[in-house]
Amino acid sequence: MSARLIWRKTLNVTMLSLTGLCALLTVSVLFSILGYLIWNGGKDLSWNFFTRLPAPVGEAGGGMANAIVGSLKLLLLAALFGVPIGLLGGVYLAEFGGRTVSFLVRYTADLLNGVPSIVIGIFAYALVVMPMHHFSTLAGGFALGIMVIPTVLRNTESFLRDVPSPLREGSFALGANKWKMVATVVLPAASRGILTGALLALARVAGETAPLLFTAFGNRYWSPGWMQPTSSLPVIIYTYATGPYEDWHRQAWAAGLVLLGLVLVTNILVRTFLSRGTSFERS
Amino acid sequence: MNAAFPLMGNSGGAASTASSRSRVGTEGSTSPAPVTSPLRMKVTKINFYYGKNHALHNVSLDVATNRVTALIGPSGCGKSTLLRTLNRMHETLRHTRLEGEIALDGENIQSLDVTKLRRLVGMVFQKPNPFPKSIYENVAYGLRINGYQGRLDDAVEKSLRRAALWDEVKDKLHKSAYALSGGQQQRLCIARALAVDPEVLLLDEPCSALDPVNTAKIEELLFELKPSCTLVIVTHNMQQAARVSDSTAFMLNGDLIEFSPTGQMFTTPSDPRTEAYITGRFG
Repeated sequence: MSARLIWRKTLNVTMLSLTGLCALLTVSVLFSILGYLIWNGGKDLSWNFFTRLPAPVGEAGGGMANAIVGSLKLLLLAALFGVPIGLLGGVYLAEFGGRTVSFLVRYTADLLNGVPSIVIGIFAYALVVMPMHHFSTLAGGFALGIMVIPTVLRNTESFLRDVPSPLREGSFALGANKWKMVATVVLPAASRGILTGALLALARVAGETAPLLFTAFGNRYWSPGWMQPTSSLPVIIYTYATGPYEDWHRQAWAAGLVLLGLVLVTNILVRTFLSRGTSFERS
Repeated sequence: MNAAFPLMGNSGGAASTASSRSRVGTEGSTSPAPVTSPLRMKVTKINFYYGKNHALHNVSLDVATNRVTALIGPSGCGKSTLLRTLNRMHETLRHTRLEGEIALDGENIQSLDVTKLRRLVGMVFQKPNPFPKSIYENVAYGLRINGYQGRLDDAVEKSLRRAALWDEVKDKLHKSAYALSGGQQQRLCIARALAVDPEVLLLDEPCSALDPVNTAKIEELLFELKPSCTLVIVTHNMQQAARVSDSTAFMLNGDLIEFSPTGQMFTTPSDPRTEAYITGRFG
């Protein structure tokens, strides 16, 4: 074997191993996080964790029921606020927008997607918290909602663009106007993809801490209604993990496990049941 | 015409009988009217542009009521373009321009509401394009978006029978349209177009994606539809034009070269270019 051939074979094997190793690393990051969380937080998970309020310092037991409910309420608000705007904006981009306007909207959405989440928190603070003079679930949901908009918008646009144009022509040829065509053919055909994208965007912001620090703030107790400060999983993890008590650290691990569990389960369910295949035939 | 369909009922005399409102186009006709039958549509000296591309040159065509008019010619000759101007489908594309007059029952189609025009002049496309809905919903689609007041079930059954598809699908009306074979899908698209009771049905190479058996079924169907519907068919297949049509228009490079009764066209064409094409010397 010539030296050149040996060199080529060595290079081939080396690069193959290197790329494989990096792929393996990616996978192992998730599993090590999950394993670490289960190791540290698993033993503190109990039924009480999901049903009780946090116990006073020094007292054993207690849970994070208020943070779990708080996070769900925040996500609900984020969905109500962000998903319709992102969805309809995406419809505009894909179906109605002219070239220049679409370019501007798309570009702006991408920029908004890149705005650091802490900045969005300040924005929500100035816009909602300051005028109301207190922290609230509403303000936190607003901040998370803003973060959802660009993802939903771009995702909706790309799924709408995937709908084959003969379907649109078929609808026009039966006397539909543009909005009717979009509402009765294009949106239903793309609905699975759009829903998948919206749920994944919500799962993504479920872990955001920075925008909640000075909008939803935190609460040791239940937060009735939408106008009170509320506890949430990411913020309580932040508070407990940086606190001085051993108890708190363990509880923070458990909360981390719950948060990751929620996000993972949503992801897996959505990907299994919704995104499998498309609802139209591809040619 | 169904009296329970108010959108169609009182619109521009569409409820009167076909013969009473069709005028015989003798005055100023530039193309010979090859079949002595009242005119349903009359195309007068149209020019069509895709941007700067001049796709149709001074084309005139008479479409006789309850007859089959075939448009033949090599690829890119403008036959599909001409077909699409008849129900203004070209308007769904940007940068197109149409000059000249096209009349439906003596009324300029530019002065009709485009959604109404497309109900009166339906269209079937080259590739079957059923919506990602059930068989039933595909046929009901045109009725629903146009606010049909009668019994949907009856209308759906009637349309499926007219398209010779009822017996094959009556037990699986609520199954996805994609479960049907290509030929069945195309007949479903015909049923969908027939559901809104069009006066004219435009067919853009409806058999080009089908095998010979399914092609024969569609051709048979065209004969059955002829007494109740005016048909205009674009076809690549000269044998098909000879089999199904009453008159044939031969187009070349955006010009309408010859328009004669089909029998005459295929036996004694008057233009040498027509003869060259139908004897297979080019195209």
